[in-house]
Amino acid sequence: MSIVNRPLSPHLQVYKPQITSILSISHRATGLALSVGTLLLVWWLVAAASGEAAYLSVAGFVGSWFGLLLLFGWSVSLFYHLANGIRHLFWDMGYGFEIQTAYRSGYAVLIATVALTLIAWIAGLASWGMS
Amino acid sequence: MSGSSEMRTPLKRVYGLGSAREGAHEWWSMRLTSVALIPLTLWFVIGVIGHAGADYESFTTWVASPVVSILLILTLAVTFHHVATGVKVVIEDYIHVEWVKIVCLVALKFGCLILAVAGIFSVLRIAFGG
Repeated sequence: MSIVNRPLSPHLQVYKPQITSILSISHRATGLALSVGTLLLVWWLVAAASGEAAYLSVAGFVGSWFGLLLLFGWSVSLFYHLANGIRHLFWDMGYGFEIQTAYRSGYAVLIATVALTLIAWIAGLASWGMS
Repeated sequence: MSGSSEMRTPLKRVYGLGSAREGAHEWWSMRLTSVALIPLTLWFVIGVIGHAGADYESFTTWVASPVVSILLILTLAVTFHHVATGVKVVIEDYIHVEWVKIVCLVALKFGCLILAVAGIFSVLRIAFGG
């Protein structure tokens, strides 16, 4: 096969990272992380269906520092993917394509992610303390 | 211009490459599952928060109540449909060795189906007191 000397498009690394591009790839990254997280979800349900001993071993793992770290990562991913997913749905309907709007909605997604994560963990830890 | 309205070359036709006429279906199913997952995910997160550190008895009692069972099964079914469609696009975008791509796609489909069935069966078993 002969090599055609076509001009190449600029490579990814020559572009300055922008919030739009960072948020775009983060949507994929969090989606993949959440896909892996479904393993824990199913493990937890299968354990609960198997009996008390299995349920308690999963609960013990989730309550360990490593389990809580995973859960924290998945909660951030979930809220980010949820908020940015809604942003995508607005684009699909044809809204929010102006540069300024895309930047603003991007920052709104980040703020929503932090706020929802904080609310969920405060509520979750309070609920855990009460049980 | 060749003067023909056919956009695909004869070679591409032989390979069967080009539009499979399924692109819009996947696009639409991604949007439908996304919209469905907004309320389902929020409901699920609130449910999990309410049962943080719950003992076996209170957790299974919660899962076994009819509305919770139904919503959990819906969440599982829609989630794995969404995962199967979403991760498929990522595999197609980044894996360019044909056989590796096909192995990954098959593993993804099988994996999603197995996990969905395992999750849904578990909910049913808790609900019907197996």
